[in-house]
Amino acid sequence: MMPTLADFGKDVWWIVLIKVLAVFVFLVVMTLFTIWYERRVVARMQVRPGPNRNGPFGLLQSLADGLKLAFKEDIMPLKADKVVFFIAPVISTICAFTAFAIMPFGPIVSLFGQKTPLQLTDIPVAVLLVLACSGLGIYGIVLSGWASGSTYPLLGGLRSSAQMISYEVAMGLSIVAVFMMSGTMSTSEIVKAQAESSQTTVPDVLGGWSFTTPNWYVVLLLPSFIIYAISAVGETNRAPFDLPEAESELVGGFHTEYSSLKFALFFLAEYINMVTVSGLAVTLFFGGWRFPGFGPEHAINQGWLPVLWFTIKLLIALFIFVWLRGTLPRLRYDQFMRFGWKVLIPANLVWIVVLAGIKTSQNTDNLLWAIIPVALLLLGALFWPSKKKAVEVPMEKQVAKRPAGSYPVPPIDLEVPVSPRARRITAEREVV
Amino acid sequence: MTVITLADIMFGAVGLVAVGAALAVVSTSHLVRAGLWLVVTLGAIAVEFLLLRAEFVAWVQVLIYVGAIVVLLLFAVMLTKAPIGRSTDLDRPIWPALLVGAGSGLGLATLFAWVYASDGISAPPVGSAEKLGQNIFRDWVLPFEVLSVLLLAALVGAIVLSKKDAKS
Repeated sequence: MMPTLADFGKDVWWIVLIKVLAVFVFLVVMTLFTIWYERRVVARMQVRPGPNRNGPFGLLQSLADGLKLAFKEDIMPLKADKVVFFIAPVISTICAFTAFAIMPFGPIVSLFGQKTPLQLTDIPVAVLLVLACSGLGIYGIVLSGWASGSTYPLLGGLRSSAQMISYEVAMGLSIVAVFMMSGTMSTSEIVKAQAESSQTTVPDVLGGWSFTTPNWYVVLLLPSFIIYAISAVGETNRAPFDLPEAESELVGGFHTEYSSLKFALFFLAEYINMVTVSGLAVTLFFGGWRFPGFGPEHAINQGWLPVLWFTIKLLIALFIFVWLRGTLPRLRYDQFMRFGWKVLIPANLVWIVVLAGIKTSQNTDNLLWAIIPVALLLLGALFWPSKKKAVEVPMEKQVAKRPAGSYPVPPIDLEVPVSPRARRITAEREVV
Repeated sequence: MTVITLADIMFGAVGLVAVGAALAVVSTSHLVRAGLWLVVTLGAIAVEFLLLRAEFVAWVQVLIYVGAIVVLLLFAVMLTKAPIGRSTDLDRPIWPALLVGAGSGLGLATLFAWVYASDGISAPPVGSAEKLGQNIFRDWVLPFEVLSVLLLAALVGAIVLSKKDAKS
């Protein structure tokens, strides 16, 4: 049975307790597993074996690392703000765990004789809860950076707060399209809205054959998914957007001064956040726990099996995280911020307006003929060639523009002209 | 005779937390901790919304005020100056502040109590974003749009001010 919003809030207290414990254990195990998974996959991409000593295939490596962290000395910096220094990792971890409470794992099952949906809880605004938790999680990072009483953590904390706020906007906007299509913000209802499959027929000119696609929002709302995926990587501070802890620039970023279990908590929160945004991607765009191609009442989508489908989808999403890390170099900070504010957010807003236009024109006759000219006009205005030539500022001037009294380093957004050698190579290639 | 429920008691207790934290915002001499107390205040107000069963407003409150605005505030404070420990230059005369604060607080409280004492507000359905959207975009669309123009004007003003600074 597909659970709906009405099926929640009826559990006996011990069922709720079991579910809370299950979500907690799931997240901790997923963290331990993901750390191992990431190290193994990155190692394979770099043609080396990776951790393979503890347990079969090195599976117990992260457990061993966790134990080692617990036995390390807990250092409190002399200049730190003691209370806030202690609270910061706690905030990070609590927010990370809380966000997972609304993740749907499966349909309604029978647990010790009680009918209950495989989801801790659901509220009418469940997706907002995840966003709010990730918004609160920023405090953990900002405060840890500030409370350390040290320069590099402060810079790391400031960087990450700016980054996370910017990308939270893009992430929130990308989810808006899902709300518009499904007409709800509750996760179980969004999964239900993607349950059916739809028949698509190719026009007769191309052969006239038809195929079924699952009603996943990744198909219907591809631009939203792309924006969500990019901003999810930015939001979790993962490579190639891991500027807050860029080792080459900031030592370790906000957690430089942390050690022992407090450091372990930050690590835990980071990996849980990864799992959460992946789980949210699966829920919002990939049909949640349902196996594609079978109806909601098919045996494959009943009972406990869907937990497996959910986990498999989650692991694929996590693999993509690791893949990105293994492939892409880190972006420069200003490029990254410019991309977020000047590309992702405007593109997202345009897409939402287009989608609203399509939805309205489906309901109203003849509106489409009014929309098309307006859209053409707007597109023309957007891509109208500019008469102004781009100004090229010579490097000497850019360097001389730095504020008085600062260190003699080039500005961070220095625009370097193409080297003569590269220009020659391009020219030679074009001649041939 | 009205019955006092557990929710009412919670409402009062969380309200006390909100007011206490708000007092701490203006009375602490740690600059960053004042920001953290503000988080507690706004969070407590979100809990009040939850207790009134307005889930949408509660989470939007957390998302916008706690998750974005105060973070930006702290961001700006840390970017300019954020000493760890007490600041000595934050003191202001207490009596005018107390007078203005208590006066406006009590005044607003009496006003609301006076207006809504006789006829209560009919509660919308639980946690509904739909009702709120209809209210804002049908009945209150003009004030809503005027507010957005006001925000835009503030934005433009901020840019103009910062530009002037850069020239001089």
